[in-house]
Amino acid sequence: MDKGLQSEGNKLNVQDLIERNKQKTTFGQRIEKVIPWFLLLCAIISVLTTVGILFTLLRESIGFFSNVSIIDFYTGTSWSPWSGEYGVAPLIGGTLLITLIATVVAVPLGLMSAIFLSEYANDKVRRVIKPILEVLAGIPTVVYGYFALTFVTPMFQSIIPDLGIFNALSGGFVVGIMIIPMVASLSEDAMNSVPNALREGAYGLGATKLEVVYKVVLPAALSGIVASIVLAISRAIGETMIVTIAAGATPNLTFDPTESIQTMTAFIVQAATGDTTFGSTIYYSLYAVGMTLFVFTLGMNLLAQYISRKFREEY
Amino acid sequence: MTKISEETQETRTGGLTSKPVVDRKDKQQKRESKNVMQVEDLNLWYGSNQALYEINMDVPEKRVTAIIGPSGCGKSTFIKTLNRMVEMVPIVKTSGSIKYRDQDIFNGNFKQEYLRTKVGMVFQSPNPFPKSVYDNVAYGPRVHGIKKKEVLDEIVEKSLKDAAIWDELKDRLDANAYGLSGGQQQRVCIARALAVEPDVILMDEPTSSLDPISTSKVEELVQELKKKYSIIIVTHNMQQAARISDKTAFFLNGELVEFAETDDLFQNPQDKRTEDYITGRFG
Amino acid sequence: MLGQNEEGIKKRMEGRVLKNKIMAGLFFLATSVGLIFLVLLFYRVLTQGIGYLNWNYLTSGPAPYPEEAGIWVGMIGSIMLMAIVAIFSVIIGVASAIYLEEYASQNKFTEFIRVNISNLAGVPSIVFGLLGLTFFVYIFNFGYTLIAGGLTMALLILPVIVVASQEALRSVPIDLHQASLGMGATKWQTIARVILPAALPGILTGTIIALSRAIGETAPLIIVGAATAIYTLPDSLLAKYTAMPIQIYNWTARPQEEWQFVAGAGIIILLAVLLLMNSIAVLIRNKFQQRL
Repeated sequence: MDKGLQSEGNKLNVQDLIERNKQKTTFGQRIEKVIPWFLLLCAIISVLTTVGILFTLLRESIGFFSNVSIIDFYTGTSWSPWSGEYGVAPLIGGTLLITLIATVVAVPLGLMSAIFLSEYANDKVRRVIKPILEVLAGIPTVVYGYFALTFVTPMFQSIIPDLGIFNALSGGFVVGIMIIPMVASLSEDAMNSVPNALREGAYGLGATKLEVVYKVVLPAALSGIVASIVLAISRAIGETMIVTIAAGATPNLTFDPTESIQTMTAFIVQAATGDTTFGSTIYYSLYAVGMTLFVFTLGMNLLAQYISRKFREEY
Repeated sequence: MTKISEETQETRTGGLTSKPVVDRKDKQQKRESKNVMQVEDLNLWYGSNQALYEINMDVPEKRVTAIIGPSGCGKSTFIKTLNRMVEMVPIVKTSGSIKYRDQDIFNGNFKQEYLRTKVGMVFQSPNPFPKSVYDNVAYGPRVHGIKKKEVLDEIVEKSLKDAAIWDELKDRLDANAYGLSGGQQQRVCIARALAVEPDVILMDEPTSSLDPISTSKVEELVQELKKKYSIIIVTHNMQQAARISDKTAFFLNGELVEFAETDDLFQNPQDKRTEDYITGRFG
Repeated sequence: MLGQNEEGIKKRMEGRVLKNKIMAGLFFLATSVGLIFLVLLFYRVLTQGIGYLNWNYLTSGPAPYPEEAGIWVGMIGSIMLMAIVAIFSVIIGVASAIYLEEYASQNKFTEFIRVNISNLAGVPSIVFGLLGLTFFVYIFNFGYTLIAGGLTMALLILPVIVVASQEALRSVPIDLHQASLGMGATKWQTIARVILPAALPGILTGTIIALSRAIGETAPLIIVGAATAIYTLPDSLLAKYTAMPIQIYNWTARPQEEWQFVAGAGIIILLAVLLLMNSIAVLIRNKFQQRL
């Protein structure tokens, strides 16, 4: 067999060497069998993380609800855990107020930035501005908190003189600045994927750029834009450090942005840094609040996925 | 499986008059050539689409066998079946048998890795690894457990010489293969395939992305290589098949229409469809 | 009649063109708002912090007086934390990505893992803190230690590393798979010797960017108990620790203005570290981009 390989005068026969090596590569064969299982195990860790999060939140929340009635928790309007009042509404209200302010700031600015980058800016400008804008998304939130407290609040105070040091306005405003790149970047991607043929069709009828944006690009990219906004809102709901530092620690069911409030996330930080003993009701309340927060953000994320899958434009 | 294939076979050939003209046995015996691979009743499906129909073909040893046909005729699928690369697409199913030196390559005991050291492959566009020339050529031997530097040095030199590129590259063995010209890259890929001293070399349109000068170099190389190796080359270029091959197979719509000595096939085609194709009436 | 009509169209046309120009200006203005705030932020941090940024600040730990406080203990804590995060998240993340891209068959379970990873990326970081508090601090009984913080952060950035690694692996041309398998290499040999090396720059870039996110994360660390008043460097995985963002938060939260300058100095260091990490990532990307 394999006579053809013994080329004239050649002492080296590679296939023979390979054949000889074959006998001793059982180790290699074993690796080949074990590796996929190891890799699968690692992939499963991410699933375990999700399971762990659900388990943690559920178990400790159930512990909490055996001390405090779930009805009182969700219907009560006063949150004062150190005196035994566990009505979560002020925390949810605080979170929603911050989210609302952030959305009012980020959606117009983010969308307009996306329109500018996708439709008006030339390639050179886009390639400079887009990465710079994305730097905003990479700045640690504790730095934003510092900025909100030491710069934005004094700035607003010069306009609204009786604004307190801790207020929802500057916290929400800075959260908004932080999520601008999310809205801008994802919306721009959606606008970019609108095929040029659609634009050219409108230009061919004598439309101005603005008309093309309103009548062609925005409607065509709508689902991507909406998904980006929903994701950004979810991000604002879960934001912690900015509101902890700048928005105060006063559970306060109000929609007055100049007041000091407390969000769900800020409460969790406050309780975790205080002298909260393991197993106390306050300790468990961390998880009941965390659970509520998790449901909010998960709902938003699923909604965003649903929107972009359901209404995906097929060109 | 066989039942399905028989039915399909009937419906396929029902409309067309001729049976495939496969290999004129008398001539083959005259030349006393041995066969390195034997394909029997090979059918292949991508999911529910059948791509190859009842292929029967004997691949002669130490000769160049060309496979021609219009694009989409299954010639590329066929050649990839010979070293089971076609199974990288998970939905592929086959029936029939392919024998490499009398061993069934679809047999469970016959390892794919072993098959591929015996049946090497050169691909359509040059695909060197993003490594040095040396590491590219030494890749196969290393994968198969050869580690000694002196042995590897010898293999690399010999393979590059056999691929007729040693003189060009002997001072640049450490250079990244991505920096070479397309023609050089393809010859490094040939050297890489030669390094494990396979028995058969499959070439899937190896010159389709090369310029004319590089193409003629590869063609010359093929002529040299057939002294030691059995070569099967897919080409879309009939002139190339006529220039470099000893035998030629013509594929059409997944069928092997005609398989004969190259001179016979081009000068005296037995099947009307072959004649139409080589005279340029379609494809 | 006709002339008048044309006149009207012309006038309306001018109006439309003008509107377009005005809105173009507005769009540009909106874009600059984000950029302006970025500049303001940098300016503010620099002017506030630069005065406190000196050798003493770089080499000392937390202290009761602003003039004596420094970032050293926090910085080393952050670096050690990142080392733990990198080891765990890279091994698990890259392995997961290889499984999903190279081994997993297209079935419900694989799809489930994929959906799970993308949803995990949207979970607020503070919830990861709660996970770490229950599991690493209490159930595994690590307490408020370096390893508890590191593992929590590793899980937090795991989805980012998996997704980045998947993209890097996917961008390796199928040609290279074929070339290696065609030589008779096994699947794992192909992955270990060809695919991974070719995907490495992409994986590295993604990892560095993920780590740069982790190094600024504050909330989960607070929950799993990174302390503020730690005066010595951690000497084991089970030592108490502090980190840069924790120090910054602590200083920011103090009422006296001097502490804000101290915090500002810390932010300058933190941002410098981030800048360094991102530059390295960009450098790696640019160096290897032309290759594939």
